[in-house]
Amino acid sequence: MSEPVIKCENVYKIFGANAQKMLQDSNGNVDAKTFQENGCIVGVNNASFEVSKGEMLVVMGLSGSGKSTLLRCISRLTDATGGKIFIEGQDLLQLNNKDLIDLRRNKMGMVFQSFALLPHKTVVENIAFPLQIKGVKTEESINKAMDMVKLVGLEGRENYFPRELSGGQQQRVGIARSLAVEPDIWFLDEPFSALDPLIRKEMQDEFLRLQDKLQKTIMFITHDFDEALKLADRIAIMKDGIIEQLDTPANIVLNPATEYVRKFTEEVPREKVLLIKDVMDSSKDNLGDLKVSQDEIIENVAEKILTQEKPVAVVDNNNEIIGSINPTKIINTVFGGRKNNN
Amino acid sequence: MELLKKYPKTFQWLFLLIVFFALCFAIDVPETYKFIRGQAEFVKDPNQSSYVFLGKEVRYYAFDVFWRLPPLLGWLPIWINDSLFFLMNEWMPIEVWNEDTQEFKSRPIVLQISRNLTAFMTFLIELIREILLGGLETIVAFTSWDWIDKNPWAELPGLPWTIVAAGAALLSYKLSGKGLALFAGLTMVYISVFGQWKPSMQTLSFILVAAPLSFIFGLGLGIAAFKSKRVEKALYPILLVMQTMPQYAVLVPALVLFGVGDHAAVIITMVVAIPPMILLTLLGLRAVPPEVIEAGRMSGCNNFQLMFNVLIPTARRDILIGVNQVIMVCFSMAVISAFIGAKGLGFNLLLALNQLNIGLALEAGLCISLIAILLDKMSLAWANKQTDYFGNLTFYQRNKNILFFGVIFVIGIVLAYVGTFLFKDTFNYLFEIPHNKGISTADFWNKGVDWIFETFFVYIKAFNTWLIQDVLQPMRALYLRMPAIATIVLVVGAGYLIGGLRSALVVCALTLFIAFSPWWDRALVTAYMATFGVIVSCIIGFTVGTLCFQNKHSANFMLGVCDIFQTFPSFVYLIPVMMLFGITDTSVLIAVIVYATIPATRYTIEGLRSVPAGLHDAATMSGVNKFQRLTKIEFPLAFPHMMLGINQTIVFALFMVIIGAFIGTEDLGQYILKALSDKKGAGIGLTLGICVAFIALIFDNLIRAYVQKRKKHLGID
Repeated sequence: MSEPVIKCENVYKIFGANAQKMLQDSNGNVDAKTFQENGCIVGVNNASFEVSKGEMLVVMGLSGSGKSTLLRCISRLTDATGGKIFIEGQDLLQLNNKDLIDLRRNKMGMVFQSFALLPHKTVVENIAFPLQIKGVKTEESINKAMDMVKLVGLEGRENYFPRELSGGQQQRVGIARSLAVEPDIWFLDEPFSALDPLIRKEMQDEFLRLQDKLQKTIMFITHDFDEALKLADRIAIMKDGIIEQLDTPANIVLNPATEYVRKFTEEVPREKVLLIKDVMDSSKDNLGDLKVSQDEIIENVAEKILTQEKPVAVVDNNNEIIGSINPTKIINTVFGGRKNNN
Repeated sequence: MELLKKYPKTFQWLFLLIVFFALCFAIDVPETYKFIRGQAEFVKDPNQSSYVFLGKEVRYYAFDVFWRLPPLLGWLPIWINDSLFFLMNEWMPIEVWNEDTQEFKSRPIVLQISRNLTAFMTFLIELIREILLGGLETIVAFTSWDWIDKNPWAELPGLPWTIVAAGAALLSYKLSGKGLALFAGLTMVYISVFGQWKPSMQTLSFILVAAPLSFIFGLGLGIAAFKSKRVEKALYPILLVMQTMPQYAVLVPALVLFGVGDHAAVIITMVVAIPPMILLTLLGLRAVPPEVIEAGRMSGCNNFQLMFNVLIPTARRDILIGVNQVIMVCFSMAVISAFIGAKGLGFNLLLALNQLNIGLALEAGLCISLIAILLDKMSLAWANKQTDYFGNLTFYQRNKNILFFGVIFVIGIVLAYVGTFLFKDTFNYLFEIPHNKGISTADFWNKGVDWIFETFFVYIKAFNTWLIQDVLQPMRALYLRMPAIATIVLVVGAGYLIGGLRSALVVCALTLFIAFSPWWDRALVTAYMATFGVIVSCIIGFTVGTLCFQNKHSANFMLGVCDIFQTFPSFVYLIPVMMLFGITDTSVLIAVIVYATIPATRYTIEGLRSVPAGLHDAATMSGVNKFQRLTKIEFPLAFPHMMLGINQTIVFALFMVIIGAFIGTEDLGQYILKALSDKKGAGIGLTLGICVAFIALIFDNLIRAYVQKRKKHLGID
């Protein structure tokens, strides 16, 4: 396997005057309560994970769970108190200021919850800003920015000021700006949380379309579990600075690691989240004629499967049978399975 | 007892008032007490007591300590003075190479620095002045007189007024559009046709040096304070005092350090204009959302790019208010610094006021105000300008403004040349209309004033007499009748009740400084005039503000009027009142009221506007009528903001009261004016200025403490 693009090893972020010393004394065994009594607040507590190329990791947690802090440690907007962070094998915390700026200018893009557009610049100037900061010539940067304007579908509004745009349009500008330098790594900090539900759905679809095309390595922060399920390759669920569980959406729904995670999964419509391969059996006996792909969402094929008497064959991309699924399993998964998981 | 529990605050205030009045009645006026007491003056009178501190002898009239505290700080002005002289004349001599005598000379370092600074400022002012008016000092500075003799062509004439006027209009057009261009053109033509060209350009050259320098230093220090907590902590108290210190008071020490002339005026103006610029820069930078800063960082900005491409543009709204303040202060100082020999419109204005030539004063004042408004609008338009990347412009379109200016330049010079033939025996009106040779409406205004005075003399006189005899004199007597100890108890008690112990201590320290200075009586007179002005201003301001708020258009109109009035230099306000009321306290007070009503009105409207729209709807749905909505909802919620307006009103009123000394009042301002012509006045001027600043700061502290409490109570931030 190739090297992960982002790699975190025991990352801690603790706010407070003598955080560094307290962390050393604690021997990596951080208890939020004792720290708080000493005037320190734990933001991120022992986070370790990897994100490989082209993967989308969604970090989900409620407000105050440390998810934004974690993102800021990895983009080094704040310095982590302890641990190691590697970006494409480079030790992020050892970079000097100049190398860090180089890294951000060429490898990283970030989208913010409140859009964070520059109020004095027009749409196209905002998008061209990271390029101009890099020293790209005005004309070239504006041309490139116009490509981005087209990519996010804002043609005709390039000379508007941010204040003249709606929230969804402003975030499109934010997305275009973060993509202008063609970064490999894309950070999104609750990009759609400030938008109303309809626009949010539209932007999520738009985002999936873009990712399909661009295949960036993504860390996506959200407090919305449904959003996480919809977008993620893998989800990390955070609580009080600790990553409670990091797994694929299906595994999180099927096997929640802790009580806290289980509460989130309770209301989830499983048929919309789980794929056939997540629930199939490995036996290949006594199959019917119908075949379904392992990558189908249950909802899409449930009706077909339920009308069958015999188990249905599950096939992979090469149309080879790799397992089976019977109607009872579908019914159990959608309606009855919940108690079994307790 | 139940009442006491229900309204504890009311009873505390009542108790404070009872103590205050008890003290007032218990302490009699000493028989020897006379108002005019020259404690700070160096007159020897056998009735005086004296003490020696730090080698300075302080003489004063002693009273019962409860009646008036002894001037324990009387040595301070003398000490400041002596220290200044020591710094300038003796401290740390260094060897300096003298160009003329070709030898080394020993000079104190402060004097040397001040000389270099002076030379630099003079050079800048001369440079701009010579571009506008012609001359050769700058060229001589780079070459020599001999070189000029050999190359007479280098002796540049100034720009003809036609070119400057058209250039100003063109620049305004490029920045903003037709409206501003028309205004710029008309302003310049007015200045020229009315023969104010030369003084106007002198003033302008002074401002074109002072304003950008103030802006740069203010911005720089603001950034420094933003970056470092320590710098901010060091700057903050100085800024507070400087903001409330009357501009007059700074003149005197600067006189000692930098001498007389335009350069000293520029330095003073910077000293006065930089503090608000720093504060507003800091305020603006603080208000930039953290996510915008992060966005800048993630775009790969280094620190410099982050500051100048992200932070400052995002904070530009507040920074622009700072620029507006700088311009305002510059024009205001352009007049005041005429006292220390700055040339230009201010000097003419003062001269005209001195001669009671109201018409001339009015013309000069109008010129200053017009230029001030023009520069203000131009700087605003410049900051809001945007670039068009997609115009696909031809060379002509891209450079048409420069080309136009070239054409205008040539036409102007040709016209000026033609003018030499047209006006053979008189002045070349197409080149420059000399001072007092243009059209003047001064006679008209003077006649108008005379007519008003003759026609309404009886009424004006009656009003004047009534106001002075029945309102002002008793009020002043009441203020002076307060024993010092009673005043201090009242102020400190109020501080404690409003802001707790901390507030009480701060207020106590400020009051004691004034009480121990030799000018307590004068401070009381200043306070009485300011109080009268503030009360009337607030009544007018609140009423007008509330009425205008009822309709969106009238509210906007009123805010616009406030903007324009605020741009007028403070001295200009003295002109119309002197027209009507001559040289009396009434004149000063009316100027105070007009000037101080501006912030009262503005903050009332803005305060009422800040009430959330949701509350309006909620109130309407509860079935309130307009009046109930005003009294039950809008006033209580807008009150904290309106109180800040009162704060500003107090500062404005104090400024005007001090400037009013020019007309002749018996307050601290009179002494500041006196200190200007006193060789040893620097210390006195500065201490007096601090006293005035402290009066303002006492109220500032009380009001801020109250507003903070109130805001917390209402849950608004």
